[in-house]
Amino acid sequence: MPADRARRPRTLLGKIWDQHLVTAETPATPAVLYVDLHLVHEVTSPQAFTALEARGLRVRRPDRTIATADHSVPTAPGTHSRALPIADPAAALQVERLEANCRRHGVPLYGRGDDRQGIVHVIAPELGATQPGMTVVCGDSHTSTHGALGALGFGIGTSEVGHVLATQCLLQRRPRSMEVQIEGAIGPGVTAKDVILAVVARLGVGGGAGHVFEYRGSAVRAMAVEQRLTLCNMSIEAGARAGLVAPDDVTFQFLAGKPATPRGRAWDDAVARWSRLPSDADAEFDRSVTLSVDDLRPMITFGMTPAMAIPIDRPVPLPAAAATVEERRALAQAVAYMAIEPGKPLLGQPVNVVFLGSCTNSRLSDLRAAAALMGGRRVAPNVRMVVVPGSQQVKRDAEAEGLHEIFLRAGAEWREPGCSMCIAMNGDELAPGQYAVSTSNRNFEGRQGRGGRTFLASPVTAAAAAVAGCLTDPRGYLGATR
Amino acid sequence: MSDCFWAEPWAGRALLLPLDDVDTDQIIPARYLKGTARDGLGVHLFADWHHGPDGAPRSDFALADVAPGAARILVAGRNFGCGSSREHAPWALADFGLRAIVARSFADIFRGNALKNGLLPIGLDAEPWTVLVRRLTLEPELELEVDLASQVIRFGSRRAAFPIDPFARQCLLEGVDELGFLLSREPEIAEYERAHLTSGDGG
Ligand code: SF4
Repeated sequence: MPADRARRPRTLLGKIWDQHLVTAETPATPAVLYVDLHLVHEVTSPQAFTALEARGLRVRRPDRTIATADHSVPTAPGTHSRALPIADPAAALQVERLEANCRRHGVPLYGRGDDRQGIVHVIAPELGATQPGMTVVCGDSHTSTHGALGALGFGIGTSEVGHVLATQCLLQRRPRSMEVQIEGAIGPGVTAKDVILAVVARLGVGGGAGHVFEYRGSAVRAMAVEQRLTLCNMSIEAGARAGLVAPDDVTFQFLAGKPATPRGRAWDDAVARWSRLPSDADAEFDRSVTLSVDDLRPMITFGMTPAMAIPIDRPVPLPAAAATVEERRALAQAVAYMAIEPGKPLLGQPVNVVFLGSCTNSRLSDLRAAAALMGGRRVAPNVRMVVVPGSQQVKRDAEAEGLHEIFLRAGAEWREPGCSMCIAMNGDELAPGQYAVSTSNRNFEGRQGRGGRTFLASPVTAAAAAVAGCLTDPRGYLGATR
Repeated sequence: MSDCFWAEPWAGRALLLPLDDVDTDQIIPARYLKGTARDGLGVHLFADWHHGPDGAPRSDFALADVAPGAARILVAGRNFGCGSSREHAPWALADFGLRAIVARSFADIFRGNALKNGLLPIGLDAEPWTVLVRRLTLEPELELEVDLASQVIRFGSRRAAFPIDPFARQCLLEGVDELGFLLSREPEIAEYERAHLTSGDGG
């Protein structure tokens, strides 16, 4: 009954899904789903290339594949140049392997020394490679980021990286859809990061499992693309494979003139096609939640999952007050690992490191927001502030408007693009016991270095903490004379 | 997996780690992701729960004294394998000798990755899971029988059914290779490209 299906109202997810079916799923077999864009980085691809070559296969569509080196590359100033070898031999080998694999298979590589290098989820939107209606995959769970442009982006494992390299397809069952309706207007000092932390806190780390989110509502419409990227980025922290925002004029303006987007007639055709993607008015979602953000305050995490997030001026929950045994145990473990006092707000908690970066919050608008707060102020003497722009492009743009000077004058480090302290693979890491305010997406135990303790927050909250030397409500710094 | 391991029911000891939200950063910390091969990761399984930041062994960790190969099953709580998509997590678990994870639920990416590495994710409802955890607490030597063909596990006199995607089940039971399956769809893939990718854009 294909005719029936065509008439049935569909969600954005349903439309993208249907358009990419090479063969439909049956009870016995998953669908064969076509992949428009495959992003590759050095950490999750070497074994996939090895598997491919062991079977004598080639990359089927190098023209639909883009690679970058971001996870294990150094970010110390000046290290972007290929003239400088990577000091860590394992990381050096991994990056060399990526370069060799890309060369052998004709895959475009925005690697070390390239002026478009950067975090994989920052550079693809920046290049205009991610476009509405596409399927985008990467051996990386934060591929959900690309949903901000109306593309179905989701993370895959290395075996599947091999499948896509070889066939440009994946075996997939259709996920369920979940509408995340975000209504209202966020106040000053409150950002998309605070919104997504509130969503994750509400749904829990596994709450979105099996689902693809579609973020809707007035608050989402009011966000610029960079904020939508932050929002979709952390969908995986609620367990969802992907997060989507329907494309609109904001999306089209963002994409216009990007290196990989169509021009002239082809652009008009693309916009017409993209304009048909939003969910039909009467489309049904499998689940739905609504969140009002009118009264949302800056959010901060206090524990070791991103769902352990609270408004910054609210007390850390008491384990004894938890509803279930499991929750009580998780809370008790969290306050013990973090060495914080439950029942009290975190305000005034001293911090050692502030990390401004990662695919969640390392784009130009993030750096601007932090710099606006820091201009004329200094990083507190007890704090090391590390600023890592998301890409060479972001770095250039930021330097063109002098943001780096604001950070440097304040006493912060201005580094080369990469994942850096978000994943702590490249030597940028916390020492055991140190506290960090981080604009990244994961506060898992040891994520930023063994024994490190992470508070996830927005760039604004992070900047305020850097200046204050402790956790503080950033709204106290807004508009104040300095 | 091309062996016939799954064709018959098999039994093995189980390790008890009944925590919720065990993320893949804990299963295998990122600093062990700098290799370019997939083997030999078992020694780093739960590295930071085995050893504190100072390198000293943490005797309070449930798996502190467990040698690789000592058990074939791990019993965990809800949302096992959340976070990073790193397939190094199932590689490390399998390299440690594990063939099945029993949990209340699994993160989506982990479930898929595990199945591709001959590691069976067994999701149990609250009641049988609770009974199993209680039994294992009292009787750590208890053997579990895993019967993939019938989709049940058995322990003592109990029997608990678990769901599994029919295709994933078939892949394990018959040694179907997913990449081979996809490669056999080449005519359909080529046809899809002819029909959809004329303008070289996003489908
Ligand atoms: S910045 Fe962090 S979350 Fe993003 S891709 Fe890099 S390591 Fe992953």
